[in-house]
Amino acid sequence: MKFGVIVFPGSNCDHDLIYVLSEILGNDVVELWHKDKDLKGVDFVMVPGGFSYGDYLRSGAIARFSPVMESVIDHCNQGGYAMGICNGFQILCEAGLLPGTLLHNTQHKFICKNLYLKPATRSTIVTSSLDSDRVLKIPVAHGEGRYYAPDDILRQLNENQQVIFRYCDQEGHFNSKANPNGSLENIAGVTNAGKNVFGMMPHPERAADKLLGNEDGKLIFKSILNSFVGA
Amino acid sequence: METAEQQGTTVQQAKDLGLLESEFEKIKEILGRTPNFTELSIFSIMWSEHCSYKNSIKWLKTLPKKGDHLLVEAGEENAGLVDIGNGLACAFKIESHNHPSAIEPYQGAATGVGGINRDIFTMGARPIAQLNSLRFGPIQNEHTKWLLRGVVKGIGDYGNAFGIPVLGGEVFFDESYSTNPLVNAMSVGIVDVNKTISATSSGVGNPVYIVGSSTGKDGINGASFASKDITDESADDLPSVQVGDPFQEKLLLEATLELAETDAVVGMQDMGAAGITCSTSEMSADGGFGMKIHLDKVPTRQEGMLPFEILLSESQERMLVVVHKGKEQIVEDIFEKWDLNAVEIGEVTDGGQLEYFMNGEMVATVPAHDLVLGGGAPVYDREYREPAYFAENLKFDIDSVPEPDDYPATAMKLIGLPNIASKRWVYEQYDTMVGTRNITTNGPSDAGIAMIKGSGKGIAMTVDCNARYVHNDPKTGTSIAVAEAARNIVCAGGEPSAITNCLNFGNPYNPEAYWQFVMAIKGMSEACEKFNTPVTGGNVSFYNQTVKEGSEAVPVFPTPTIGMIGLVNDLSQSMTLNFKTKGDLIFLIGESVEDISASEYLHTIKGVKRSPAPHFDIDREFQVQAATLEMVKSGHVNAAHDIADGGLFTCLVEMGIYAGLGFDITADASVRLDSFLFGEGQSRIVVTLDPAKEDDFIEAMAKTKVPFTLLGHVTRGKMMIDDSHFGFIDDASEIYSNSLERIIDSSVSS
Repeated sequence: MKFGVIVFPGSNCDHDLIYVLSEILGNDVVELWHKDKDLKGVDFVMVPGGFSYGDYLRSGAIARFSPVMESVIDHCNQGGYAMGICNGFQILCEAGLLPGTLLHNTQHKFICKNLYLKPATRSTIVTSSLDSDRVLKIPVAHGEGRYYAPDDILRQLNENQQVIFRYCDQEGHFNSKANPNGSLENIAGVTNAGKNVFGMMPHPERAADKLLGNEDGKLIFKSILNSFVGA
Repeated sequence: METAEQQGTTVQQAKDLGLLESEFEKIKEILGRTPNFTELSIFSIMWSEHCSYKNSIKWLKTLPKKGDHLLVEAGEENAGLVDIGNGLACAFKIESHNHPSAIEPYQGAATGVGGINRDIFTMGARPIAQLNSLRFGPIQNEHTKWLLRGVVKGIGDYGNAFGIPVLGGEVFFDESYSTNPLVNAMSVGIVDVNKTISATSSGVGNPVYIVGSSTGKDGINGASFASKDITDESADDLPSVQVGDPFQEKLLLEATLELAETDAVVGMQDMGAAGITCSTSEMSADGGFGMKIHLDKVPTRQEGMLPFEILLSESQERMLVVVHKGKEQIVEDIFEKWDLNAVEIGEVTDGGQLEYFMNGEMVATVPAHDLVLGGGAPVYDREYREPAYFAENLKFDIDSVPEPDDYPATAMKLIGLPNIASKRWVYEQYDTMVGTRNITTNGPSDAGIAMIKGSGKGIAMTVDCNARYVHNDPKTGTSIAVAEAARNIVCAGGEPSAITNCLNFGNPYNPEAYWQFVMAIKGMSEACEKFNTPVTGGNVSFYNQTVKEGSEAVPVFPTPTIGMIGLVNDLSQSMTLNFKTKGDLIFLIGESVEDISASEYLHTIKGVKRSPAPHFDIDREFQVQAATLEMVKSGHVNAAHDIADGGLFTCLVEMGIYAGLGFDITADASVRLDSFLFGEGQSRIVVTLDPAKEDDFIEAMAKTKVPFTLLGHVTRGKMMIDDSHFGFIDDASEIYSNSLERIIDSSVSS
C-alpha cells in the first residue's frame, strides 16, 4: 500500500513518519510537497506533526490553504483515506475535514511526555485490530491539543462512534488526572462521519521502533495495514 | 558632502563604543589614518570581548585540543567535528546567551537556541539533539520565576518549532545569579564527512550572497552589550536583544542542507554576533582574501538603515554564502524553493581588504586580518590574584557541623530542594522526542543518547558543571565538572570523546574573578588530558555580575559548563539508571569518604557556605570510570547511576522512582552517616545486578583493583538504611517529582 506524507516547510515529524512507514513497516512512501497539488496516486495521505508554516496565527490556519491541501480535501471528499497527527490533526480540523477544534492546553504550556490511551471504538480502520482493553503508551508533544466541539457535535461523535482514542491512566481508567490538556471527555483522536479521515494528538510514530523501547504506536499503524490487506 | 558617518572620529567616540584609548591608537596605526564612524564601529564590535576573546585567548590556547577522533580542532570552523565512524562526523558546540536573557528572557533564550543550531548546520550538519544548562537566583523570588518561565518558554517555543529534541540539561539555583542568569545552549549534529561546509572564503570574483531573513535594527551592538556589566540601566539596552523566528530557521536549515549536497558553495558562515561585519571579516581573514560588499543590496526590514546599522545588525536567521562563480542559479533555486531571500551583495577580492559600499560610494575600508582573533585583534595578559575566601574555604572542618537529629526527615527535605528535585516542570515543556532518536525517553540514563539510525550506534551527551564546587575551588571544581561529564557518559555505556565549553565568569578586569578563570582553565586542562577528551570549541562569557548603585560588583559563581559527547558503539550495550527488579543487589563502585564539602546538604540544610570542593582524586576517578564501563559493556550490571548532587540517598531515590522500587542498604561505619548519605565526594557509582550474576561481577571487579562494596538490595518500595525505616519510595517520589513545580506555581500573581 502506498502512503503519502505531506511536507510543509515547518513539518518536523515528516521524516519520523516516513521512517516508520517505510523502514520499519516496509510500505511505499512518497513525500508530498506543500506547493504541489499532485497526490502521486497514494492510497493514504498522512499529515505529519510540526509547525506547518510557523503557526504564528493559529495552528494549521495557514496550512489548510496550501495547494496540496486542496487536493487532500478533494481526495477525502471522494472517500480517500487521510490521517493527521498532532499538527496534522489541527490542519485537518482547520480544513473542515474533521469535526471540532484544538485549543491551547488548559495550563497554557507546551507539554511533551509519555501518556496513556485506549481505543474508544473498533469501528474504524485505525482501531479495528486493537484490543479495546489494552492501554497504549504513546507520547504527546503539543501546546494546542485541547479537543473541543460544541455539544451537538460531541453528541454526534459519541453516537456514531467517531471518537477513536481517549486519554486514560496507566490502569486504563478515564479521569481528569489522565487528561493532559483539558480535552473534552478525554478525547485524544476523532474520525469524520465517513470514517475515512482521522486525527489524533498523540504521536504513534514516536512509539514504533524497538530501539526506542516502546512499540505501542506500531499497533495503530498495523491496524491500518491489516484493514487494507483485508479489503 | 561628507556625512556624519564619514567624518573622522575622536577618542571619546571610541570610548563610547567600548574601546580603550590604546585600542583607538592601534586602529589609527593599522589604517594609517583616523577611522570614520562606520569603521570605528566595525573595530569596536570585532574587538569586543565577545568576538575577539582578547582577555581569554591566552589561556584558552593552553587547553588540550588534539585527540584521535577529532576531524576539526577548536577555532578552525564554527564547531568541532568528531569522527563517529560509518563516514559520519558529529559537530557540537555550546554557547551562552546570558546577557540578553537577563533583560528579555524569552527572546534571549530563544535566539540562543537559534544561534547555536546555526553554528552546527552552517557546517552542513543536521542538528539531532540539543542540551541546555541554566542558572538562576533563588527560585522563591518572583523575579527568578519570571526569568525561569521566560527562558524555558523561549527555549521550548524555538526548539520545538525548529524540531530538534532536547536530550539533556541542568538547572541550578543560587543567590549569585539573581540578576544575571546563565543560559547556555548546546547543539549536536551529524554530517557526512565528505559534505561538510567550510567557513572560509576564497576565489577572486566569486559572488557573495546573504541568505535568510531580512536585516533589521534588532540586536545592533549585541556583542558589545554582551561585553558589559549588567547594571540597573541594562533594560535601556533592550534594542540590543534580537528577536527569533524558528520557522525561518527551519527553512534555512533545510535549504542549507540541500546546498551541502551540491558543489556550488565555496564557504558559508552564519551571522550571529556582529552580523555582516563578523561573517565577512572572519571568512575573508581565514582564506587571506578580501571582499567588496554593497550594503544597499542587503534586504532590510525598514527604510533608511545606515551603513553601520546594516553592518552591525544581529538580526537572526541569516547566513553569508560564497558561491562558485557560474553556480549562482543552483543556490538561488534552492532558496527560492524554501521561500527565502538569497541576494548577491558582493564579491571576493584579493588583497585581504574589506570594502563596504552604499549606493556606489565606499563607506568603510578595513583589512580583514586586523579585525579578527588570531589576526590584529588585541590580546591581553590580565592580572589575577587569589581571593581571600579561598584560604578560608580550606579551613573547613567537618567536626564543626553536627549530624542531623532526624535522618529520615533530613533525607526527605534534601530531595525536595530546588537544586536536587526533578526538573520535570522544565523539561516537559521541551520536545524531547521529535526525530525519534532519543532512546532515553523509555530508558532513563545518566546521559542523553541519540541513536544514529541504521548503524546500531549512538551518541551519548551531557552538560555538567556544579558551579558551587567551582566557586569553592575553581581548579578542582572544574576538573570535577569534566570528570562528572565523563562519568555520566560512562554510566550510559559510552566512551567519552571530546568536550565543548561555555565559560561563564565575572569581569576579567577584576583580578579575583580572573583568578577563578585561570584556575578553571588549569583544572579543565588537567581533566581533559586525563580523560582524553580534547576541547573542540565553545565560548567565553565574561561580565556575568551585577553592579548595583553604591555597592560592589557581585560576580556570579564561576561557571565553566562542560558539554561532552561520547560514542556508544553498540546500542545494545547502552545502560539505564533505574532499578529493575526487587531483590537485585546494589553495589557501590568507588569508596565512601568522610566528606560533606560543598554539598547541597552542607550549603542549604546546614547553611555552611564556606568549604572546599568535595573530595576528588583524579586517578581514582579514572579507575572508577574504567571499571564501570567494563561492567556495563560486559553486561554484569543492569543499572548504573553516578553519585552527584545530593549524594547517595538522592542517587538511590532517582534509581527507584521509575518502577516504584525501594532499597535496603547498610551504611559504611567508617564514615559519618551524613557523609555516607548526603556527601558529594566524587568518584562513586551505584550499580545494580541480578543476584545470579554476583559471583561473576565480584570476580570481574576484583581484577580491576577498584574498591567496591555491597550496599544492599532493591526492595518492593521500602527505603531501609541500617534497619531504620526512611519511608516509602512512592512518598519520596512525590516529593522529588513535584517540589519544584509546587514552588514555581505558588503565589502566582495573576
